[in-house]
Amino acid sequence: MVKKVRSHITQNEPLLFERSSPGKKGYQLPDLDVPTVSAEEALGADNTRAEIEDFPEVSEVDVIRHFTRLSTWNYAIDLGCYPLGSCTMKYNPRVNELVARTEGLAWAHPYQPESLAQGAMEVMAALEAALAEITGMDAVTLQPAAGAHGEYTGLLLTRALLESRGNPRKKILAPDSAHGTNPATATMAGYAVENIKSNDRGVISPETLAAAVNEDVAALMVTNPNTLGVFEEEIRKIADIMHSKGCMVYMDGANMNALVGIARPGDFGVDVMHLNLHKTFSTPHGGGGPGAGAVAVRSHLEPFLPGPRLKRVGEAWSWNYDLPQSIGRVRAFYGNFGVLVRALAYIMAHGGPGLRLATMDAVLNANYVRKLLEPYYEIAYKAPSMHECVFSDDRQAAKGVRTGDIAKRMIDYGFHPYTVSFPLIVHGALMIEPTETEGKAELDQMAEALIAIADEVEKDPQMVLKAPHTTRTGRVDEVGAARKPVLRWKRS
Amino acid sequence: MTTYPEDLYYTKEHEWVRVEGQSATIGITDHAQSELGDIVYVDLPQPGATIEQGKTFGSVESVKAVSDVYAPVSGEVAEVNQTLATNPEKLNEDPHGEAWLVKIKLTAPDEIKQLLSAADYQKYIGA
Repeated sequence: MVKKVRSHITQNEPLLFERSSPGKKGYQLPDLDVPTVSAEEALGADNTRAEIEDFPEVSEVDVIRHFTRLSTWNYAIDLGCYPLGSCTMKYNPRVNELVARTEGLAWAHPYQPESLAQGAMEVMAALEAALAEITGMDAVTLQPAAGAHGEYTGLLLTRALLESRGNPRKKILAPDSAHGTNPATATMAGYAVENIKSNDRGVISPETLAAAVNEDVAALMVTNPNTLGVFEEEIRKIADIMHSKGCMVYMDGANMNALVGIARPGDFGVDVMHLNLHKTFSTPHGGGGPGAGAVAVRSHLEPFLPGPRLKRVGEAWSWNYDLPQSIGRVRAFYGNFGVLVRALAYIMAHGGPGLRLATMDAVLNANYVRKLLEPYYEIAYKAPSMHECVFSDDRQAAKGVRTGDIAKRMIDYGFHPYTVSFPLIVHGALMIEPTETEGKAELDQMAEALIAIADEVEKDPQMVLKAPHTTRTGRVDEVGAARKPVLRWKRS
Repeated sequence: MTTYPEDLYYTKEHEWVRVEGQSATIGITDHAQSELGDIVYVDLPQPGATIEQGKTFGSVESVKAVSDVYAPVSGEVAEVNQTLATNPEKLNEDPHGEAWLVKIKLTAPDEIKQLLSAADYQKYIGA
C-alpha cells in the first residue's frame, strides 16, 4: 500500500513517539577510551536519573522534518489577514526583531550590575515615558507579563490605595460586554463582581451606573472602546460618578489600538489601566508571545507600583528598592524585556504622527469592512465602529448556519476566522478587527470571501455546515474533547 | 416546539423553580440549554451553602461560553444533583426534569411572586 500520497501541507504527521525506533541516534561519539564507570556507584542512586520510559529515539532530520511540517499547518499574520476581533493581530515589523537582536540587549543578564546595564535601563525608562505620554498617565510599570496579569496588578494597586485610605471595599463593577478576564481578575483580587447592563446603544448608561455605585464599590473595570468596538462617549461622566463615591476607574487597554495618538485615558478620567504591548505595540502575539501587560497609573496610585522602580541618580539609572507602600514584585526581574525592546522600537519608528496615522487607518479599515459586509450580515449595534465591527449571525441562523460554521468556512477561503460568539451580549457574534496592517486589496479579498459565504448559506448551506473542506482535518469533536479530554499520549 | 411545564416558575435569566412546600428545586430552562449548546461542565455550590435571589450560585460551561446561573429565590442548599458532575450532557437532554441543579430550603417564600409563569416566560423568549 502506498503510505504517502500528499504534500507536507496536508499529510498526516505521526508524533515523535510514534516515529521512534530503538537505538536510533542523531549523533556519533568516539569509542570510550577509559574504563566504564557506573554513575550510580560513583554518585549514589539518589543523584542519578532513571531512564525515561518511551523517550523518543529519532535522528536530527526526523526532528527537523517533524517540526517544520507542523509549522506549515499554522496560519500566521505573515500569510494573510488575521481579523481576530479584540486580539489586534497586527503585523510585527521586522525592524523590531533587528533592534531586539542588538548584542548588548539580546545578551543582557538581569544580574548584570547597574553600571553595565545602563543601556537596558535606558530602554525601559524610555518605554515607560512613551507609554505614560500615550496614555496621559503619570507612571508605568513594565513588569506584568500579559494583559490579565496587568489587570490583576491594577486591581492590587487599587486595593492597596483603598486600604491605605482605610477600607479596601468589596465590589468591582463590570459591564456585560466586558472581556471574561475582567470578572476573573476581580475575583482573584478578592472582590465580588457586579454586572452593569449595557443600554440599547451598546454602551454604559450613566444612570444605570449611578444606581449601582456605592461605598462598597472599589472600581469600575471598563474597556474603551468597548468589546462592541463602540466608544463609551459618556466616559467622562462615568468617571465623575465613580470618583464622587471614592471609586477608581480601571481601563482594560485591550482596545487601545483605536485611541493611540487620538485620545488619552488619563484625560478622560481613568486612574489605572493596562496596555497589551503584544496587541497595540506590535510585539509577537499568538504562539506564546510572550506577552507584556504594562500598567499605567495616575500619581495617586504611583507609590503602590511594583518594585524596584527606575530612578535617575545624576547621569545614571539606578533601581530603587525603598518603596514602603509598593505591592511588591509581580514578576521575576523586570518583565519580558525582549518584548519591551520591540515595543519601544515600534513606538520610535512611528513617532507621534505615525502612531496617530496607524490608529486612524485601523479605524478606517474596520469601517470599510463594515460597509462592505452590512448588506449581507446583520450589524449588531448601529453606533459607529471604532477599530472593530461586530455582526450577528441572525440572517444566516434562519438557514441553520451559525457564526462558528461561517468561521470554519473562512478557513477554506484562506483567512484566519474572526472572533466567534464574543461579546456575549451579541447573539451569534462575528467580531472583525482588520487592524491598520491590511491594505485595501487584502480587505477586499477578505470581504469577498465573507460575501461568498453569505451566498452559499442561501444556496448551499451544507457547504458551510460541513466546512472546512481543504484542511488536513475537518470538524473535530469539540464536545467530546471538552467532556472527556485525553491529555496525554499513551502507546496503544 | 418545547412546552414549558405549567407547574414551574421562571426567570428572565432562564432558570426555573419547582416549589413543594418549603422546598424548591432549581434548574435552567430548555431555552437556556439550547442557546448554550453542548454543555461540558456544571459548577454548583456545596449542600449547606446559602443562595440569594438574583445573585449567582453556580455556572454552566458549554463549548461556546461559561454562563453564570442566578438564584431565582433565596434559600439554603439541601441537595446538589451529583449526576451532572459526570454527565453534563443531561442538561441538554432533560433540563426540566432529570437535570435539575439544586434543591433548596426556601428562606423567603414570598419571592416566588416575582417570578414568571410558563406562559409569560414563553412570551418573553418569543417562543
